[in-house]
Amino acid sequence: MTAAAVQAPARRWSREARVNTALSLGLLAVPLLAMAAGEPFWVTLATRAAILALAGVGLNLALGYGGLVSFGHAAFFGLGGYAAGVLASHGMSGRPIVTWPLEIGGTTQMLAIWPVAVAAAALGALVIGALSLRTTGVFFIMITLAFGQMAFYFMVSWPAYGGEDGLPTYVRSRFPGVNTMAPLQFFAIAYGWLMLALWLSWRIAGSRLGLALQAARQNRQRLAAVGIRPKSVLLGAFVLSGALTGLAGALYTDLNRFVSPAMLSWQTSGELLVLVILGGVGRLFGPVAGAMLFIALEHLLGGISDYWQFFLGAMLLMVVLFARGGIMGALAGRDG
Amino acid sequence: MAEPVLRAERLSRGFGALRAVDEVTLELRPGEIHALIGPNGAGKSTLIRLIAGEVRPDAGQVLLLGRDVSRLDVARRARMGLGRTFQVSSVAPDFSVLQNVALAVLGSRGGVFGLWRNVMRDEALTGPAREAIADAGLSGRGSVPAAALSHGERRKLEIAMALALQPRLLLLDEPMAGMGVEGAAELGALLSRLRTRVPILLVEHDMDAVFALSDRVSVLAEGRLIASGTGAEIRADADVRRVYLGEAA
Repeated sequence: MTAAAVQAPARRWSREARVNTALSLGLLAVPLLAMAAGEPFWVTLATRAAILALAGVGLNLALGYGGLVSFGHAAFFGLGGYAAGVLASHGMSGRPIVTWPLEIGGTTQMLAIWPVAVAAAALGALVIGALSLRTTGVFFIMITLAFGQMAFYFMVSWPAYGGEDGLPTYVRSRFPGVNTMAPLQFFAIAYGWLMLALWLSWRIAGSRLGLALQAARQNRQRLAAVGIRPKSVLLGAFVLSGALTGLAGALYTDLNRFVSPAMLSWQTSGELLVLVILGGVGRLFGPVAGAMLFIALEHLLGGISDYWQFFLGAMLLMVVLFARGGIMGALAGRDG
Repeated sequence: MAEPVLRAERLSRGFGALRAVDEVTLELRPGEIHALIGPNGAGKSTLIRLIAGEVRPDAGQVLLLGRDVSRLDVARRARMGLGRTFQVSSVAPDFSVLQNVALAVLGSRGGVFGLWRNVMRDEALTGPAREAIADAGLSGRGSVPAAALSHGERRKLEIAMALALQPRLLLLDEPMAGMGVEGAAELGALLSRLRTRVPILLVEHDMDAVFALSDRVSVLAEGRLIASGTGAEIRADADVRRVYLGEAA
């Protein structure tokens, strides 16, 4: 499935690289054409797709390369989202977040929010990962789900930041030299992060950690027998994975100018899994293809029928039964 | 006599009421191939797993290079120089031969936590990997996916991975199993060449191979070590003939 990911990318460059380039340009073209056609709503859709793809790129590190079926990535998405929401709401109100032992205030600068969101999600992934990786298989799925639900109910029952009503932030946080409220400019930020994350993910897949991670997916017994602890490798990847998904969460809060426990729900975890699997598990651009299709279906089918997820489910079934490589497998051939 | 590279000291391990391995003491010395034989269910696999660290002993110790490793996990023992092959070949099937062996180089020469350099372009990894591949007799097969290898080639790949660890000893669990006559002979020649480089503890059912290759043979039956000696001594041992060779003959 991903053997080529750790090889020098020469052999497969042609076809997969062309598909990847087409997807990158396609996602870039949508908001530009939408603005030209006077349809700013499509810019928002493209931004949503870029952010979900970014979250998917994060999940793909654990799921695709490491074979870890995490049903709790909404926790990291939400952690990043709430980090952004809490910092921004305090930044706007001027009230400090904590006053003891030292006073820490909020901020509306994205450059300050992002590191906090990433660190919060990474820390969450470290704790959840360390506990969950004691298990494998279906137990791993269930325990990550359980942690996700714990995070969800925690935010629902914590009134300080809106509880189940969520927390509005009214305006987007700021970025030097950019008007973040302009749809196209905010899209550029999300798109820039997505491209950076894809590059990072590509480097990781070909690195020492990437080799060990893909070996952990295939054969943990063998990995241990050559002197590498599978759990350490998987935990490292899980933390990187959670951190990227947390960054996506922070951008998602800014996109909606609102953060609510819905971001932490198990449905969100499920949607992230679905878009990675639809797009192609373990394929670099799988989450991009998956997110674009997901958003398109949600918008197009959602307009026709309230039961659009029925069709999504049918497609997922087709992919799992007949096209294991997902969209990327269909477009670029089976071996990434 | 030189210091043994491996010493199992009164190792015991039970599963429920079964004493799978019962107070077994065993040594592997530099430069030798030491074969471990015994009927099915004698406890050979459990003993191998105790030595490798996959199973913890109820009592007794495992000494690797004179050091008690009983509490160390599989990965630590591998990094100390314990190279291993499995009864059922265990490789990463999606990886090429070279990737599999590079993984072993990675394990022995520290640092999984490199995030930037492309591993397959890192000569510090691929150089030793190619050497181990050549030593195991797989030259020219580096780019073949492991899943596409023949049974015999997969055995050699496991040996290449073990060699890439710069092992101080090899633990080979039935390497001849499922090999044809020719394959077994070829593998025997390979093991014979390796003996000067690294001592081997060999679990094997193929008696011809055992007596042809081994410097010493130990016999396990119902979890206990019933005999240990040169091939000739073992063949002459009445107990062994009764419990094991007798059955086969």
